[in-house]
Amino acid sequence: MTRILALVLGLTGTIASAEDLKLAVTTSFHNSGLSEILLPAIAEDTGITVQLLVVGTGQAIRLGEAGDVDAILVHSRPAEDAFLADGYGTHRREIMYNDFVFIGPVADPAAIADADTAADALARIAQTEAVFVSRGDDSGTHKKELSLWDAADVSRGGDWYRPVGAGMGAALNTAAGMNAYILADRASWLNFGNKADLGLLFAGDPVLFNQYAYIPVNPELHGHIKADLAVKLEDWLTSPRAAELINSYTINGETLFTFNAQPAS
Amino acid sequence: MVTSILPLKMSGAVVKRRGKTLLGPVDLTVSQTGFTIVMGPNGAGKTTLLRALHGLERLSGGQVQWQIPLRDTLQRQAFVFQTPIMMRRSVRDNLAYPLILHGTPKAAAYALAADWAGRIGLGRALDQQAPQLSGGEKQKLALARALMRSPDILFLDEPCANLDGRAIREIEAILKSAQAGGTRILMATHDIGQARRLASDVVFLMHGKIIEMAAADAFFGAPKTPQAAALLNGDIVE
Amino acid sequence: MGEIWEGLMAGLWLVVTLDPDLVEITLRSLQVTLTAVVIGSAIALPFGAWLAIRRFRHRRATIALLNALMGLPPVVVGLIVYLLLSRSGPFGVLGLLFTPTAMIIAQVIIITPLIASIAHQSIRDIWSEYHDLLISLSTTKRQRIATLIWDGRRALMTASLAGFGRAIGEVGAIMIVGGNIDHATRVLTTAIALETGKGDFALALGLGFVLIGLAIAVNVATHMIGRTESDGKW
Repeated sequence: MTRILALVLGLTGTIASAEDLKLAVTTSFHNSGLSEILLPAIAEDTGITVQLLVVGTGQAIRLGEAGDVDAILVHSRPAEDAFLADGYGTHRREIMYNDFVFIGPVADPAAIADADTAADALARIAQTEAVFVSRGDDSGTHKKELSLWDAADVSRGGDWYRPVGAGMGAALNTAAGMNAYILADRASWLNFGNKADLGLLFAGDPVLFNQYAYIPVNPELHGHIKADLAVKLEDWLTSPRAAELINSYTINGETLFTFNAQPAS
Repeated sequence: MVTSILPLKMSGAVVKRRGKTLLGPVDLTVSQTGFTIVMGPNGAGKTTLLRALHGLERLSGGQVQWQIPLRDTLQRQAFVFQTPIMMRRSVRDNLAYPLILHGTPKAAAYALAADWAGRIGLGRALDQQAPQLSGGEKQKLALARALMRSPDILFLDEPCANLDGRAIREIEAILKSAQAGGTRILMATHDIGQARRLASDVVFLMHGKIIEMAAADAFFGAPKTPQAAALLNGDIVE
Repeated sequence: MGEIWEGLMAGLWLVVTLDPDLVEITLRSLQVTLTAVVIGSAIALPFGAWLAIRRFRHRRATIALLNALMGLPPVVVGLIVYLLLSRSGPFGVLGLLFTPTAMIIAQVIIITPLIASIAHQSIRDIWSEYHDLLISLSTTKRQRIATLIWDGRRALMTASLAGFGRAIGEVGAIMIVGGNIDHATRVLTTAIALETGKGDFALALGLGFVLIGLAIAVNVATHMIGRTESDGKW
């Protein structure tokens, strides 16, 4: 018995290798499955073990501010700009983009499939008061949704608007259960296993493009930040090798991400 | 053995609980030898008297005086309760527990435990869990556990209250041999026959006070108080 | 119904093929929870015994507080531990956030009141049984506590098992302080939450069955160890 305990206690000691880097990413990025392609390649090319903390953009920003992660990979421009303005990050580097899509009941009672713009689609949902599930968790996707509502200029009070305060997957589960409309990133939707009676109804409006940016946390605020590893990772993420892996990643034959990092100036 | 802890002197002892007087004031001297039987109806204070002498009850007044400092007396006394307290252990471990507690090496304690288990007819039950024994076996075990340490004085609170004839006879035999071995005994009992068989002197209690205190021959032959006479007569005393 | 069946099959498949990821997160679940149970028991069992024996002024209040702490919401514990261990928190320099150690700390806080409360109940029962004997034998406080813990060991094992049950199935706190990092802090419960998020119910359910199986196995193993030690019924 004591030997078992000793073994267990021995295992507990956390082995924090020097080559570990903590990166906060958004649920939508992680749900896309791209990380499972990129992480092994990163480890192989650079020797860095990237430890992913999968959270909403809001929490990713907080983790960066507190110095609990070494870098963040997020997609909410206003939040990123505020983060940089307050000195929490060293700089912002655009890596790639994907797009948001409107998901809803295949029967499409609000007829958003015929909408001209994203704002028009939301206006139609509001008009018919069709049930709409919102992430409601201060994530990048949630912030995008709010900005779209503002653009559509319609009121979204009422029973049909359901903020669930959950990650992308949980919100999609909720939408599937209520047969509701929802805004999702394309990757999460394609990878989602519980589609039920939902279908992709609207996409393609340029405002729905979703830019991912990489921001290393400022080592001047937190001495323990692995700034050199963060730079190494940035170099890799903007390399031709990353471009090839990102651009060739598909689900059911559909391309999800478009690499758009600019070479270092 | 060092000087005896006896005689024991109780003077002006009072025990109160929630404003009610359970015992006293009582003056009592327990001499170095003998077998004292404490008698009296239910609620007369027999249990409280024994517990107060042993040090289990806090006195509201008066004192209990031993011949050596109080701190050192407990290890030379033993108490057998009306309902035997069986530890959730084997017979062997129940017997050895007080010895090991006070520094006897484990092997010696176990050897003595086996010896005593044999004396009380539990030689084959050494490994049995004590709480699973019969009522009589439990009380014999409790008695053996008390006597194993060769106490100067042994208190017993109606040890035979719920037992049948055979168990009672066995226990009385053990008590007699303990007395012969030099252990001073104080025992409360309801059983007049048992009192006659064992007593060298008698303390008769009612309403928390000693009504009569006499040598056994005198008490059973010519009780001085009408209450004691009534008790011996088989009348209901309360 | 179909999904439950698929889940059962998925779980079975993971187990028979000894899926390396499954083995890894299962071992981590065990490592984190067993460590938390050992530490929690080391604190809670003597404390429960001490509380049963010792009479002091605020004893009732302490017991009431202990019972109230049993209902500590794990998410709140997680959040507080998170804030304490965060780099910008008071213990940030230790760098413990998002490590198994942080998960153990959170679980210890969650289960210690539970173990202590159950331990206190059972020790109190034995104490009322043993009280006169142990006083009569002029035992010291330390001897009393040792005797009560030893003789109540089966009941105390149940207390520890209750702590294990609460910790192994806990997700709220360890998700927050562990971060569910693959190959670092992912355990069964957080993996289940993750797979549910992906809508992969079969895998989530499969992991769930593994978790249930693990809880049962630990319980049975503990009882078997207790049984072989002595044939009594305590």
